Amino acid sequence: MSLPSRPARITAVVAGLALIAAGCGSTETSAPAAGGNASVSAECAPFAEYGSFAGKTVSIYSPIRDTEADLFQEAWGPFAKCTGMKITYEGTGEFEAQIQVRSDAGNPPDIAFFPQPGLLERFAKAGKLKPASDKVKELTAANWSPDWAKYSTVDNVFYGAPLGASVKSFVWYSPKMFAENGWKVPTTWDEMMTLSDTIAATGIKPWCAGIESGDATGWPATDWIEDVILRELGAEEYDNWVAHKLAFNDPKVVAAVDKVGAILKNDKYVNGGYGPVKSISSTAFQEGGVPITEGKCALHRQASFYANFWPEGTKVGEQDDVYAFYLPGNDATKKPVLGGGEFVAAFADRPEVQAVQAYLAGTDFPNRRMKLATYVSANKGVDLANAANPIDRLSMEILQDPATIFRFDGSDLMPAAVGAGTFWKGMTDWINGKDTKSTLDFIDASWPKS
Amino acid sequence: MTATVAKPLAAVDAHTPAARVRKRLTSRWASLIAIVIALLWTTPTFGLFLSSFRPEDQIKQTGWWTFFADPQLTLENYQSVLFGTSSSSGQMASFLINSLVITIPSVLFPVALATFAAYALSWLDFRGRDWIYIGIFALQVVPLQMALVPLLSFFSQGVEIFGLTVLPAWELEGPARFVQVWFAHACFALPLGVFLLHNFMSELPGSLIEAARVDGATHGMILRKIVLPLVAPALASFGIFQFLWVWNDLLVALIFAGGTPDSAPMTVRLAQMAGTRGNEWQRLTAGAFVSIVIPLVVFLSMQRYFVRGLLAGGIKG
Repeated sequence: MSLPSRPARITAVVAGLALIAAGCGSTETSAPAAGGNASVSAECAPFAEYGSFAGKTVSIYSPIRDTEADLFQEAWGPFAKCTGMKITYEGTGEFEAQIQVRSDAGNPPDIAFFPQPGLLERFAKAGKLKPASDKVKELTAANWSPDWAKYSTVDNVFYGAPLGASVKSFVWYSPKMFAENGWKVPTTWDEMMTLSDTIAATGIKPWCAGIESGDATGWPATDWIEDVILRELGAEEYDNWVAHKLAFNDPKVVAAVDKVGAILKNDKYVNGGYGPVKSISSTAFQEGGVPITEGKCALHRQASFYANFWPEGTKVGEQDDVYAFYLPGNDATKKPVLGGGEFVAAFADRPEVQAVQAYLAGTDFPNRRMKLATYVSANKGVDLANAANPIDRLSMEILQDPATIFRFDGSDLMPAAVGAGTFWKGMTDWINGKDTKSTLDFIDASWPKS
Repeated sequence: MTATVAKPLAAVDAHTPAARVRKRLTSRWASLIAIVIALLWTTPTFGLFLSSFRPEDQIKQTGWWTFFADPQLTLENYQSVLFGTSSSSGQMASFLINSLVITIPSVLFPVALATFAAYALSWLDFRGRDWIYIGIFALQVVPLQMALVPLLSFFSQGVEIFGLTVLPAWELEGPARFVQVWFAHACFALPLGVFLLHNFMSELPGSLIEAARVDGATHGMILRKIVLPLVAPALASFGIFQFLWVWNDLLVALIFAGGTPDSAPMTVRLAQMAGTRGNEWQRLTAGAFVSIVIPLVVFLSMQRYFVRGLLAGGIKG
């Protein structure tokens, strides 16, 4: 069977750097320097510090799949080639359930990319994860803000560096539409509400949203709530709320949710291009912002990754069809940011596994990955010039800004019963007409006791 | 009063309840209803089929029924799903081979083992036979989800009792992991297979088997020359059943074969194909039809046996 040739074929695309003999996985440098050791070592020089692991295999398990998975493999291809190791990558849509099964059965991958710090914490507490090496610790301290590192630190043990990131505090809009109408990007919440009124007066419903996402329906609404709680209550109270030290139905939370309700449950403001408020819960989140391109809606709050969902031919850029601005708070000088990302944690501590972890925590990997296609990393060492598009650059500018206060998506930190259950369901009911207080009472009551 | 009059009338109409049901089911109205139901049931599949030929932006923005107002056809979905050169767009063609490699042994092993077991349980007289049969029968109630973790740890860690290694870990990597999938599927299929074939074989006339014994036939010969030809429809129906189940299985394959291209079947690929955030779901339309083709061929070419085998297993006596 020709099976082994397939992973080889993927790496073969690596930026035209290498021609790979199909099937055998051995590599040669491209024509002009073929046979010359000098060029091999030049290409491999950046990887010399990691050592040589000929014949070793490291397996990676992750929820990232399809195109993005290909790009990952392309990006670490040179590293794998030069250190001589083989990295087998497996992306799955059932990560949360599968990683549990594999770990319970004593068959865990070497490395897993955890998209939820809460899940990572569970495995760390169960003693399944290996602490990160000192090198990874140093690199993380040097490259990421402490906000990030604390999410993979459990009981004072550090388990792994962050990998990718996404910024969720964005409002998508059409710069062309704004320019035609003379609208200005708001810098405070009040300005944004005034702008919404102005737009509503022209007959266009200013906001559009969609929260349908299969069995995860409701999550886009939870992001809205988190963003506003982070702005209204501040980062510390946000942490308390996530840890349930602040009750879910606390009057302060109710007020914050009502602030979102003033937009999402306001028939004058939503749902541009789709219909009344209730259409939000039946609109797929992928399509939530599409009416902006048709001029039927002006504002759509969604994470940076929404750049992938615009219909083909839509140009993303500061002067183009669509772009995003930072979801403002009450005070234009403070910039709390809600976001997400993955963490590279290991189930094994063999030297080659630690080498991969160290490589992924460095700056070479994110830069290589960014050169290939859209990618955002909170790594401070990345070169913004490599950003694939303006929205990535904007995201990274925000993430690298020392004034930024970063907070992880709260529903990924809460116990799964709430963060991936009643919170989603509660918000869906809320959109469908349930009042704020009883929605929050319901979510609060569902918080696991112990 | 009317009821007492109606009864004899009905009795004249049809003599037995079965005949009456038969008559009603073959009337013109019944046929019409059957056709309507068939159409209703086929509509979603038809919509999916139509969608698989529509361009991406059309699929995403409008329903398949708008096709009739604005017909636009493309083979692009099939092209990218079947022959895409990057792993992001399909390559179903090579996963199809994995699927076949998984499915064929996963059908043949349980069919063969269940045949032997069923024969032994119906025609060999030994102590505790009925208890073994009841035990196997009872195993059907164990949900396979419960066995996943123990079975996986059996493969990855071996078996140890009080620190004594009974079986070492299998240590399978890459394509060798097919063996795990075969093993798992065979295990999960056996209780039903044995039960089904046993029901069928024990219905064979005992005199036939005895006559063969008197003529000096061994059990092997009886099984091969007499029993197998007679139970062929049951074998075929169990085979089809198992084939469809294994072909469409995602859970077992995902756990035991993993998601890497060297061992993952088409279902796993299909599940990944929509992209990390499900934004490429237009590929699923074409992908679904590619994965349907082989089961369809198997089912259509063998459905004669399927129906006969089901009836034979279901109605006894």
